Amino acid sequence: MASPESITAPPEAPGEQRLVDALRAGDELTFARLVREYGPGMLRVARNYVSTQAVAEEVVQETWLGVLRGLDRFEGRSSFKTWLYRILTNIAMSRGERESRTIPFATLAGDDVGDEPAVDPGRFLTEGRWAGHWAVPPESWAAPEPRLLEAETRQIIDRTIAQLPESQAIVITMCDIEGFEPEEVCNVLDISLTNQRVLLHRARARVRQALEDYLGEARTR
Amino acid sequence: MKLSRDLSCAEIVELVTEYLEGGLSPHDRERFEEHLGFCDWCVTYLEQMRLTIENTGRLREEDLEPELQDALIDVFRGWRTE
Repeated sequence: MASPESITAPPEAPGEQRLVDALRAGDELTFARLVREYGPGMLRVARNYVSTQAVAEEVVQETWLGVLRGLDRFEGRSSFKTWLYRILTNIAMSRGERESRTIPFATLAGDDVGDEPAVDPGRFLTEGRWAGHWAVPPESWAAPEPRLLEAETRQIIDRTIAQLPESQAIVITMCDIEGFEPEEVCNVLDISLTNQRVLLHRARARVRQALEDYLGEARTR
Repeated sequence: MKLSRDLSCAEIVELVTEYLEGGLSPHDRERFEEHLGFCDWCVTYLEQMRLTIENTGRLREEDLEPELQDALIDVFRGWRTE
C-alpha cells in the first residue's frame, strides 16, 4: 500500500517508538541521553535564528518542553530527529521574529538563492579563447604547518557563518557541522532539494573565500 | 557530443557542490572530471572546497554546558509533575 506517507517516511524505526514510550513513562535516563545526543546541535541551529546565546538556550529549553508535552502527537511518520528539529526551528523562528531580527524563512530563502557567484567574477578572464577560465587562480593551501587545524581557522569559519544570510547559515550548520542528510534538512525546513543545494553552495563558497583571504594574508605576513 | 572544454572554470566553481553531493548527471559528471583532467587550478579549488567542508565539520561540539544540561533535566522533572 503506497500512500504518500509511506514513500517519504523512513523505514519503521521500532527503537524510536520505544524511546518515545520511555519518555512518556518519565524515564529520566532516556531524556538525559537524548539531551546529550541532540542538545549541542539544537543549540547551534537555534543560534542562527536569534541574537544571543542566552535566547538560543531558552529556545532549546522551550523545545524540549514542547517535545515532552507533544509526545502523544508523535506518530513516527517522520524520524524523531526530524520531528524534534521541526519543533526547534518553529520556536526559534518565532523567537527570532519577535526580536524582529529575522524575516520568515520562506521569504528569506527566496532572496538567498539569487545569482551571487561562488567566486568573484573578476577572477575569471572575460575575453578571448580562454574566457571564463581563471585569471586569478586559487593558490594551493598546502602549508608546511597544519594551519587549517588552528583555533583561528575555526574562529574564521564560525564568524563567516554568523554573517551569512540566515537560511544559508542554517543549512550549512545542519549539513556540514551537524551532519544532517540533505533529505533531513529538506524535511525540517520544508525546502526543496534544489533549494537546499543552492543555499549550501553559496554558504560553502563564502566560507572557502574567507579561508582563502585568511591564508593569503598569513602567507604575506 | 560536446567537447569537454565546453565547461569553463567559472562554470566549474558553480557545479562543485552538485558534484560533491552527487547531484550531477553521469554526462555532466564526466564533463566536470574531464575539465579537472587538464585544469590544475580547478583541482586546487575543489581541494579547497573539501578542506572547507572538513574544517567546518570541526566546529561540531559534543557537549552542552553543564548548567544548560541541568536546566533541561529540571524541565523534564517539572513536566513529569504536570
